[in-house]
Amino acid sequence: MSDVYVVGIDMIRFGRFPDRTVPGLAAEAALMALDDAGLSIRDMQALYCGNLGQANGMVGQRMLAEIGQTGIPVVNVANACATGATAFRDAWIAIKAGLYDTVLAVGVEQMGKGLLGGTGGGPSPEGLVGSYTMPAMFAQIGIEHARKYGTTFEQFAKVSVKNHHHSTLNPKSMYRKETPLEEVMGAEMIAYPNTKLMCSVNVDGSAAAVLMAEDKVRRLGLMDRAVRIRASEMSSNPFAERQMAMPDFSAATRVAAKSAYERAGIGPDEVNLVELHDCFATAELVHYENLGLCADGEAGRLIDEGVTALGGRVPVNVSGGLLSKGHPLGATGIANIYEVATHLRGKAGARQVEGARIGLTHVVGGGPGMGTACAIHVLEKA
Amino acid sequence: MTVAEETRPLLPVIEPNDGHPYVAGSRCKACGHTYVGTRDVCAKCTARDRMEHVHLAETGKVWAWTVVHRSFPGVATPFVDVIVDLDDGAHIKGTLVDVEPDAVTPDMPVRMVFREVIPAGADKPYLTYLFVPAQGAAA
Repeated sequence: MSDVYVVGIDMIRFGRFPDRTVPGLAAEAALMALDDAGLSIRDMQALYCGNLGQANGMVGQRMLAEIGQTGIPVVNVANACATGATAFRDAWIAIKAGLYDTVLAVGVEQMGKGLLGGTGGGPSPEGLVGSYTMPAMFAQIGIEHARKYGTTFEQFAKVSVKNHHHSTLNPKSMYRKETPLEEVMGAEMIAYPNTKLMCSVNVDGSAAAVLMAEDKVRRLGLMDRAVRIRASEMSSNPFAERQMAMPDFSAATRVAAKSAYERAGIGPDEVNLVELHDCFATAELVHYENLGLCADGEAGRLIDEGVTALGGRVPVNVSGGLLSKGHPLGATGIANIYEVATHLRGKAGARQVEGARIGLTHVVGGGPGMGTACAIHVLEKA
Repeated sequence: MTVAEETRPLLPVIEPNDGHPYVAGSRCKACGHTYVGTRDVCAKCTARDRMEHVHLAETGKVWAWTVVHRSFPGVATPFVDVIVDLDDGAHIKGTLVDVEPDAVTPDMPVRMVFREVIPAGADKPYLTYLFVPAQGAAA
């Protein structure tokens, strides 16, 4: 089977665009990715479009209405926070299957501010049967890590300090402000131990990628901009005893990580940079261990020693991460791939991870009583 | 004389049971796992039609918790959100009351109580379960 490459990829700067439309945001990123590849929408043989907020709204077709209705098959994808990465993986599968050699994947989201979800109509169990808010869910994951390994509020807060610092070097980040430790720890407490600055930012955004089969990349002479997809793996939550009470994002991540390292034929020690799902500061530390960046119980030490900061052994979320770059749910999975691809191409400017050859992206989504979806990609400099 | 209308449960798993409320559970006769709620198939061992209906245990220990300071509109904060490992092996989410938030510790023994409370978004009371510290609490 042919290897699959990314030959064009881009994202809009994340922000708040209440006056724009979801298809319009998608179209902007799609055209940017096509320009990056030096191709046209007429060259695309299929479109996989990820969006959560308008999952029943045929966003892919509406996007094509803005940039060219060529009659190609469109699949609209929704899969929680793994939506964009799922669309990307569906594009990869289609090429792997030999159906197409050039495919477009797009992820887009337009979000309100504040807590996701809500009490809706009628009597709500919120507050009487615990909390159904995302910050509470991820707070408990942090507390669980603390009870096992003694991880501290300060160590969780350091994740946010690091990622906000990284974002000052990324012109596509929603926020680009330093947040010293005392500011992070002193910010409004949302759900202990996550303060407001330890929660990801709800923003609008879009990202898109053009995927291509290896022989066509060579035929068109696009290898100069190509990034090889070494692994594209997904998982859902395997049975975990507490998952009905407390969604389990770790088990799914471990399943997908194991498959991804096996598929790529590498170990975690060969990864030069990681964009992982830091929807909350507590999540980032837990995922260091889930992704094998360190042994179980070592995540606190990793953040203390700067191992995952730019300049460290394995920089994590040099884009600023979901915490500062922002987290437009459906776009995040492709935006993470954009970040890693940009480093592998040596075009990341001030935040460039020097000599980056292999990078990993990770998203994992879900919610109380729903289950989880995890997607991991391993990318290599072509 | 009229019979008072029974207070409605806040969640389907709460069974009013003529004034002797309990949380409904299911135990798999094949692998022994205990679930919150009624179900027919075991997610753990995939056995079918081996579930027995049980009344979940009313005592357990705190596995994880958080103090929620920001919640949805209309919900009073702060409150303590706990994940409790019940003594029968089930795991359940709930709110821990009658406790100082800073006093919650890992493996703290807790007890389930049933109370009628007006939830956010409603104007009349519903029957719910709550957790209280195992020692010294009045139901």
